Amino acid sequence: MEINIRVNGRAVREQIEPDLLLIDFLRAHGCLSVKRGCETSNCGLCTVFLDDKPILSCSMLAARADGHSVTTLEGLQEEASDFVGFIADQGADQCGFCNPGFVMNTIALLRENPDPTDDDIRAFLAGNLCRCSGYEGQLRGIRNYLNQREERRNGQEV
Amino acid sequence: MDRKYKVVGQPCRKKDSMQLLLGKPVYTSDVVPGGALVVRLLRSPHANAMVKSVDVSLARKVPGVVDVYTWQDVPATRFAIAGQTYPEPSPYDRLILDRHVRFVGDPVAIIAAENDKAARRAMRLVKVEYEVLPAVTDPHAALDNPVLVHPEEDWEPPCPVGGDNKRNLVASGEEKDGDVEAVLADCDMVLDRTYHTRAFQQAMMETFRTYTTLDRYGRLHVISSTQIVFHCRRILSRALGIPKSRIRVEKPRIGGGFGAKQTAVCEVYPAFVTLKTGRPAQLIYTREESQIAGSPRHEMEIRVRLGADRDGHIRALDVYTLSNSGAYGEHGPTTVGLSGHKSIPLYTGGLEAFRFGYDVVYTNLQPAGAYRGYGATQGIFAVESTVNELAERLGMDPTVIRERNMVREGMVMPAYYNEPVNACALDRCMARCKELFDWDRRYPVREMGNGKVRTAGVAMAMQGSCISNVDVGSATLKLSEDGTYNLILGAADMGTGCDTILAQMVAECMDCTVDSVAVFGADTDISPYDSGSYASSTTYVTGKAVEKACDQLKEKICEIAAGMLSCEPGELTFEGACVRRAGTGQSVSLTDIAYKSQAGNCIAAETTATHSSPCSPPPYMVGMVEIELDRYTGQVTVLDYVAVVDCGTPINPALARVQTEGGLVQGIGMTLSENVTYNAAGRPIESSFLQYKIPTRLDMGHLRVEFESSYEPTGPFGAKSIGEIVINTPAPAIAHAIYRATGVWHRSLPITPEEIAMDTPLDSEA
Repeated sequence: MEINIRVNGRAVREQIEPDLLLIDFLRAHGCLSVKRGCETSNCGLCTVFLDDKPILSCSMLAARADGHSVTTLEGLQEEASDFVGFIADQGADQCGFCNPGFVMNTIALLRENPDPTDDDIRAFLAGNLCRCSGYEGQLRGIRNYLNQREERRNGQEV
Repeated sequence: MDRKYKVVGQPCRKKDSMQLLLGKPVYTSDVVPGGALVVRLLRSPHANAMVKSVDVSLARKVPGVVDVYTWQDVPATRFAIAGQTYPEPSPYDRLILDRHVRFVGDPVAIIAAENDKAARRAMRLVKVEYEVLPAVTDPHAALDNPVLVHPEEDWEPPCPVGGDNKRNLVASGEEKDGDVEAVLADCDMVLDRTYHTRAFQQAMMETFRTYTTLDRYGRLHVISSTQIVFHCRRILSRALGIPKSRIRVEKPRIGGGFGAKQTAVCEVYPAFVTLKTGRPAQLIYTREESQIAGSPRHEMEIRVRLGADRDGHIRALDVYTLSNSGAYGEHGPTTVGLSGHKSIPLYTGGLEAFRFGYDVVYTNLQPAGAYRGYGATQGIFAVESTVNELAERLGMDPTVIRERNMVREGMVMPAYYNEPVNACALDRCMARCKELFDWDRRYPVREMGNGKVRTAGVAMAMQGSCISNVDVGSATLKLSEDGTYNLILGAADMGTGCDTILAQMVAECMDCTVDSVAVFGADTDISPYDSGSYASSTTYVTGKAVEKACDQLKEKICEIAAGMLSCEPGELTFEGACVRRAGTGQSVSLTDIAYKSQAGNCIAAETTATHSSPCSPPPYMVGMVEIELDRYTGQVTVLDYVAVVDCGTPINPALARVQTEGGLVQGIGMTLSENVTYNAAGRPIESSFLQYKIPTRLDMGHLRVEFESSYEPTGPFGAKSIGEIVINTPAPAIAHAIYRATGVWHRSLPITPEEIAMDTPLDSEA
């Protein structure tokens, strides 16, 4: 079957097998940031945006994305580099395999709720598993980023 | 610590941070070219069976299938896949494919196809006729059972470890100091308790995976997610029957290991396919395969007999461990040792006698391997729980009973190879942890209403910093013409950040920035020999090799500079950016020396240093947990976890902190939510993340970590290890808090809400 998907802003028209999963379609199109961790919608590693909403690409057929726009971390480098340095400062990147899904979902969180509490952050990111960091460093990183953004904003107002 | 360093002790970013955080293609399945054959393994549905016949004719006809291999196609030499130094303590008990399949998941056939769909279709069309045999799945019944997991005549232990395949025995042994029975008989009280821990999964986010191809010289080039490139090369050489000169093993970035990738779990299969077909091949384990045919923690049952006086003086410890190695013996003989060696010495204080005995048995279950903590985790759960029970029975504060008995600097540990305690801040860890946690306020049981109760628990832990007299670490250091350095390692950064902390050591020694040290690792063709990243050894052993390499390179740089200044090298001092001649004011810049090294020069501006340690100084720590327990549902909520760690000098405090936090959460998972159960056929039921529940960020409360540094004289910059010890305190500390809340000691992990609710008396309810 033929599908038309906008991948990171670029139009892709392609003949696909009907059972092709979105994650495999994306990886075949060079979006290698998209990782598979569990195959059962439990780990959040394969998170991408479908029309700006985070979804699990391992659990969606590529055919269902027909006519939609898909964004992966490859398409959000600038928005991501804004805050990932704060995760790096904590050393919370660790093995990094869960990082793309975590970064995507954090971007989704901050777009939806620019000023989240720690509990908001924990709740929104609960579906993003990480086996290395123990999560606390990721939280510190996000918190530091938000604090720094706040300071910058206040600084501009003064 | 009065020693001042410029770079060591600073929390600098990991060298690969931005690549990882921005999702760049750096892992095995990202870096390999497309077009590789897809390798899939057909696995046994039976726990113990002989393959009577395999019909692959239909499977071979599937379009896209290149070939299907069975036991008749593979070499007949048995080997071990444990990543250990030769001669391996693990028995040679495997074939690439064996006619005798020994657990549900043991491979029966290897399928190589052009794509995954064809491979999976072919899997369903392989017709196997099994002669199903009775299976032994209970480790208690394994020893001398008439059902033998390894009846074969060519079973071979490369080391004498007390094993006997005709008894289902992988290893056995006993060691002691003093007359433990006599001291126990003389004690005011003896606690005799038995604990049980399961075959917990590392559950690293990147499953096992390997790519193989023939390089431009026709050699086997293996790109694998492995902690052990050199051991992997040796394992493949033996398994495939080809010389090591024909094999190159390389690791890109690794998506987590925790010991799982200290075993060559999947490398032999695609390597075999590439040798057979001459084509690139890739095997990526599904999460289900990682859960049912990986290399989890050894299930252990540990009996502790603890003798003490009424005043809380611990006088004797007798520990016996029964370890279940599963169907193959990887790491079986060695993991069990740590269950005694890393638990008993915690109480060196007033210990008059100890005994540690063990048996490691084969069963028809998933083979176990190496998992962070490596047996210490199991042993510490048992011994620390017994000590907590002693304190509760004596009505003593469990922190006070520990202060009375703990190991301290200057002692010698009879239960730890008689090693002296050079550096130990365990006493300070306890004092600081009590203060930070507010122990006196949080330890009492507090009724919160509605059946909820809050209280706390405590545990101590230790680990090693290498395998003494065995592990070898190496580093190659090269000077480049702009005065920067290349550091080439054989150790494996699996996300821990060792590439970065080793570069920090170079920066400290060579008086340069971390940015001017480029790191590469690991590749058997390029890296100097290193046993690999395991046994908590990389900082301590490879770090020392890095220090030595820096010293050697400084000498060479001075030699080259001496030629330039027409003087003796002894007159020169290395000052980082330049080399200076004493008393004359003459100097040459590092850049000029580097350029000189490339023109009319006979002194290599590079060096390789190697290190091994005769001792393995333990890091120490204390962990305290506050929980809220719901007596109606048995639900345990971890509210606060405080850990104070003595890892010697933390080379990079940010990374040491995250190591600790990550280990604590893994420990919380195995205590409360990660379970391993089997169906009647011996198949693990928790075969996906739907069932195997590792903690989410809602399940771990608040973590607070501090360091109480000691200075280990044999380590680089006073450092010991950090990677493994951090997983050891949650189980005994949480079990302790659960006892405080319910009055019931749970001695089997995990401690699930169901078990707590069923065992909790509700009559104390207001």
